[in-house]
Amino acid sequence: MGEHTYKQFDAEMEEIRSGVMAMGGLVETQLARAIQSLRHPELDQIDTVAADEMAINQMQMNIDQQCSQIIAKRQPAAIDLRMILVVVKIVNELERLGDEIKKIAYKAHEMQRPERLTAVRLHEITRAAELAERNLQLALDAFARLDVNAAATVIVNDEAIDAAFLAILRQLISYMMEDPRTITPALEIVFIAKSIERIGDHAKNIAENVVHAVKGKDVRHATAEQIRAEVAE
Amino acid sequence: MNLETVATRHESEPRREARAVTKISVRHLDFFYGSFQALKNNNLDIAERRVTAFIGPSGCGKSTLLRTLNRMYSLYPGQRAVGEVMFNGRNILDAGVDLNMLRAKVGMVFQKPTPFPMSIYDNIAFGVRLYESMSQRAMDERVEWALVKAAMWDEAKNKLKQSGMALSGGQQQRLCIARAVAVKPEVLLLDEPTSALDPISTAKIEELISELKTDYTIAIVTHNMQQAARVSDYTAYMYLGELIEFGATDELFLKPSRKETEDYITGRFG
Repeated sequence: MGEHTYKQFDAEMEEIRSGVMAMGGLVETQLARAIQSLRHPELDQIDTVAADEMAINQMQMNIDQQCSQIIAKRQPAAIDLRMILVVVKIVNELERLGDEIKKIAYKAHEMQRPERLTAVRLHEITRAAELAERNLQLALDAFARLDVNAAATVIVNDEAIDAAFLAILRQLISYMMEDPRTITPALEIVFIAKSIERIGDHAKNIAENVVHAVKGKDVRHATAEQIRAEVAE
Repeated sequence: MNLETVATRHESEPRREARAVTKISVRHLDFFYGSFQALKNNNLDIAERRVTAFIGPSGCGKSTLLRTLNRMYSLYPGQRAVGEVMFNGRNILDAGVDLNMLRAKVGMVFQKPTPFPMSIYDNIAFGVRLYESMSQRAMDERVEWALVKAAMWDEAKNKLKQSGMALSGGQQQRLCIARAVAVKPEVLLLDEPTSALDPISTAKIEELISELKTDYTIAIVTHNMQQAARVSDYTAYMYLGELIEFGATDELFLKPSRKETEDYITGRFG
């Protein structure tokens, strides 16, 4: 898009976009820390991850405030209005991502207590978390570049994360049936797996919002095929 | 761009009202100020009992288009329109059209309030007397009816004999709308009706437009894009005499189909 006649309007729009990218960057860092704590539960990351979550909350409030001010002062229309509505929704997704990631770090922290160290392997869960991490990165890149093709890929990729969640669940059920002593740690892994699955959903929601901002079409309840067709138009 | 195409794009929207009927159909309309061509092959349908807004930068031809809809330009030498403007089954650009009757059916309100230098009552009765002869009692009723329609009755009922010139700008403009409504037109053309008014008076006129559209077909030219978005059902974006985009206002202000429209409504017009 070209520049606004009001250059200050451009600066304000750029500020909220940069704010979203900074907030997304912090969420990515927080997720990397949480995944690190899954791989190495002995490295207690809980305080750092909790501090990240508080910073993310503050960023959401700041960006929401900036969006309200632009709406009040500029009466945006068309692409500008869609962008602002989408930014408000995306920062909401990022804030909820911060909450989910914190839950993962808390569970990893619980699991390192000696009495919980029953042998339920974490390979699959770490792999699923890495899938979710890559998809979140792709969703944030799609927003940064307003790339609807990347956004469509994120939406399709989410199916793999959902499938990984179901596979973990089935595996954990087998463990619990075979050895009831694994029930407590297995349940904790179920919670972590559920948080990872939710991270995938939030990344998908971000991608759907990118499509809405760029194409003006609401694809929230569309199938992957419909979204691909929409993006190709 | 006709209403059929516009309406088709909205068939999936559940809250759309019944499909609009065309009141005025503009086809291949060119307009000339001497040798300068101000409108170039304009085609659109103006929907009955809906508000159609014309937006675009200064000099784009939106007021010119409005002025062809009641042949207001015929008052000036050297101005001519070519093409077709169908209204009630007749091309109003034809030479034999009775312009007084046309302007009684297609009323106009201008940017600057133009009350006559006479009483509020006579401002309204003046136009009615040109077209109808009626008893004093019937005229009293018509004046009251027109003032009620223009949301002016409560303010004006105790000062009907006072000069219309003594009213505030907003009241004067509503008096002009009452005067236009009093002759019972079918179409109201509003050319920047609020550009000289404060925000409260503007809000009253906009509210009035929403009420009047239940009885009248309204076409409004405005520089205020938010006003077009607030009051109109359909919006036409014009640039350099061409109709760039015409569509449902709900869609045009959220997802215009032409980049030129998007640039203009988002303030990127250079």
